[in-house]
Amino acid sequence: MTETIEKIAAISRISELFTDNFTRIGDGLSDFVNNVRQPALAAFQRMGIPSYKTESYKYTDLTRLFENERFRRSFEPDQFEVSLTDIFSCDVPEFDTHLILVVNGWYDDSNSMNKPYPDGVIIKSLKKATIENPDLVEKYYGKLANSSLDPLTALNTAFVRDGVFIYIPDNTHLSKPLQLINILRSTDDLYVTQRNLIIAGKNTQAKIMFCDHTLMPQNFIINNVTECEIGEDSVIDIYSIQNQHNKTANLTGLYIRQQRNSQLVTNAITLHGGIIRNNLNIKLDGEHATAKVCGLALSDKNQHVDNFTYIEHLKPNCKSNQLYKNILDDSSTGGFTGRIHVAPHAVKTEAYQRNNNVLLTNVAKMNTKPQLVIDNDDVKCSHGATVGRIDNEALFYLQSRGINEKEARLMLMFAFAHEVLAEVKVDQLREMIDKLVNKRLRGEVSKCHSCAMDCIR
Amino acid sequence: MEDQNKLLHEVTGRDYRFGFVTDIETDTIVKGLNEQVVRIISAKKDEPEWMLEFRLKSYRRWLTMKMPDWAQLKIPEINYQDIIFYAAPKEQAKYESLNEVDPELLRTFEKLGIPLEEQKMLSGVAVDAVIDSVSVKTTFKETLAERGIIFCSFSEAVKHHPDLIQQYLGMAVPYNDNYFAALNSAVFSDGSFVYIPKGTRCPMELSTYFRINAQNTGQFERTLIIADDDSYVSYLEGCTAPMRDENQLHAAVVEIIALDRAEVKYSTVQNWYPGDKNGKGGIFNFVTKRGICKGISSKILWNQVETGSAITWKYPSCILIGDNSIAEFNSVALTNNYQQADTGTKMIHIGKNTKSSIVSKGISAGHSSNSYRGLVRVAPKAENSRNYSQCDSLLLGDTCGAHTFPYIEVANSSSVIEHEATTSKIGEDQIFYCNQRGISTEDAIGMIVNGYAREVINKLPMEFAVEAQKLLQISLEGSVG
Repeated sequence: MTETIEKIAAISRISELFTDNFTRIGDGLSDFVNNVRQPALAAFQRMGIPSYKTESYKYTDLTRLFENERFRRSFEPDQFEVSLTDIFSCDVPEFDTHLILVVNGWYDDSNSMNKPYPDGVIIKSLKKATIENPDLVEKYYGKLANSSLDPLTALNTAFVRDGVFIYIPDNTHLSKPLQLINILRSTDDLYVTQRNLIIAGKNTQAKIMFCDHTLMPQNFIINNVTECEIGEDSVIDIYSIQNQHNKTANLTGLYIRQQRNSQLVTNAITLHGGIIRNNLNIKLDGEHATAKVCGLALSDKNQHVDNFTYIEHLKPNCKSNQLYKNILDDSSTGGFTGRIHVAPHAVKTEAYQRNNNVLLTNVAKMNTKPQLVIDNDDVKCSHGATVGRIDNEALFYLQSRGINEKEARLMLMFAFAHEVLAEVKVDQLREMIDKLVNKRLRGEVSKCHSCAMDCIR
Repeated sequence: MEDQNKLLHEVTGRDYRFGFVTDIETDTIVKGLNEQVVRIISAKKDEPEWMLEFRLKSYRRWLTMKMPDWAQLKIPEINYQDIIFYAAPKEQAKYESLNEVDPELLRTFEKLGIPLEEQKMLSGVAVDAVIDSVSVKTTFKETLAERGIIFCSFSEAVKHHPDLIQQYLGMAVPYNDNYFAALNSAVFSDGSFVYIPKGTRCPMELSTYFRINAQNTGQFERTLIIADDDSYVSYLEGCTAPMRDENQLHAAVVEIIALDRAEVKYSTVQNWYPGDKNGKGGIFNFVTKRGICKGISSKILWNQVETGSAITWKYPSCILIGDNSIAEFNSVALTNNYQQADTGTKMIHIGKNTKSSIVSKGISAGHSSNSYRGLVRVAPKAENSRNYSQCDSLLLGDTCGAHTFPYIEVANSSSVIEHEATTSKIGEDQIFYCNQRGISTEDAIGMIVNGYAREVINKLPMEFAVEAQKLLQISLEGSVG
């Protein structure tokens, strides 16, 4: 029962924080953003803090995280001298992209020095966009991320201050990828709320990458919600690379709606992080839309990675294909929930899902919940899930050919992971991720991030 | 297509074949549930003090619980104060011969095809016929008694074998396990008790026929099966119920305990009244079934064919405690019209080298909703355990739903867990192939569905396999996707 009391205390603390800072939170944002805050907070109060008793958070209990009072919330951007060159002294990937820097959830001013974007493309702070481009933002803001269904989204909607707004007008093909670098940097423990809105018009093509990093060894919680509208005939790739230290809780929500004939690829690659929860909701809302949804998580120590996908087939003739893999080492835990929902009239649907997991130790734990909810008979749907270990026979085969056990294991793990990596369409990016995963499996990436040295300073 | 629709309507619109009410005087108590009612039930059954304590403990626990709402089911609110919690046939005379049995009752059995007379000898089935919860007639008792096998009604067992009951009651399904298990523990009227002694192979299939008979009577069965070391038993449970307009609640509990090297096979054919074609009436079947593979190398098999009930909500489960123990779950669940089913299994691997397999075949037609929900959990110490699950759904018609919700929780790297699920409809090419060879569309669908379910039906004992096949045929002929 004590747990419940603590939970109630945490909820009322958050509610107080909201009431006390109501004017500060809403400062500088449009009314249509501020008007939905109160209902969103009410929805959060109703649903409470996600815990194992919440069916969709069964395997990710956030009670202890939210009970912690230590986290500061920033309602104004912190003053930091962050320069891009400094950041790349560490191993943040660098190649030819349009860079967008986000620090502690705030669109960074240094972005103004970026090279001009192609005609008509708008990339700016969401806060500014609500004032400067109200027509565009109001039409799409909060339409996909439903506060009444997910407590974290409700919290995000209640506390949103800033994030990135991206608008790609009709018939625009972006040749260079957009790279959003989310950086967490603070001298005390920090709770960050970030909200992004991406609108891709008709017949557009773009590749968008999210790179999540931490630059200081403090504890962080980041609640990051992204809404993405994809117009007819568009081809959009969304990649996310999560590489944060083990004291970070990264709670993301990605909501996507696809129109006719659009093609989507998403790939979430988790290299590091303390508690990772990725919610992904895709609405296939036009005929012949296709979605390829992938994810790879490598976890060790006592990390926790939970991928939650909800694919809604709302119109006929759509296709979706999901592939999620986890490699769990040490006492890490993993979760996967994949729900495919086929609406009553969405005939000729093809929806597939696969979740494969490898446990490397006897204390690692994997929970998986693949689900099919199908309300019509003209569909081809399947899901498969496996949990196992590295195949002893394959290991023996490699060893018998003179490869030592350690190397053989790495080869097999890398081969296992590569199936997901192969889905990355940007060659340069794929090579880079390949390298990162390789380093990660060898334990080299973690060395940098768990070291006490703060290279930036 | 129009023809097919017509056919579909004809078949799905068929009246419930086993709908009749037997006119037997029943001894009921007032509607509603309170502590007094629990005491009355216990007193009527002449139970010892510890049994009453168990009931009261359960009842008090039940009061603190809430009806779970996580299932993919739409359940009308149940008014527990509007249910009669106890009904027993009034004529409780001890029958010496069949002539003394109420002839009305015998006719009921005949309609149901229970071989209570000589046919029974031929079929070799010992039937513990349960009409509205109280055991009326038990046959083959002598044969079984010779081998030391106890097969009697639950209340008899409470009187004659209190030590066994006290030792095992609530072991697999504790009184506080869930809402309906607590309710059952408080008000269960009767049920069957089976004990197979060490090293004994039960020579015949044990079978109980359930019928829900008195109007407005909740049926709260309690079954306990104990298989001692090196024993074997196959137990059959089959049900048909009279046509009824109001929803009836059935919340049974089945517990199986398998000790060292024992094997228990539990087969169910459930064909309770599913409600009419508009979704009115029908039985609510909320059952808790659980087996414990307690001993080493023990084995429990659940086989079920579910075609009846307005709402079916049950998960026959196994807890594999003993090393090298094995569990199987084979199920065919069919829903039609407005029927709903949320069924599946739980396999909890605790012992080393434990194996489980799950085969679930869902068939949905009409406006029905059919869900598979299952859990496979592997504990850290369950080394080298193995699970294979396969859940297939077949959809007939575009207004029905098929859902799959497996939960897989693995905390051990030496275990291998696999899960597969598919959803499909009957292919036009399959039907065409049959048509081309002179088989009508209706027959073709019957063939295909039976072929689809064969894997599970083959696991059933002979008598049940025949009945199950017929049931599928009745419910599905002509349902063209």
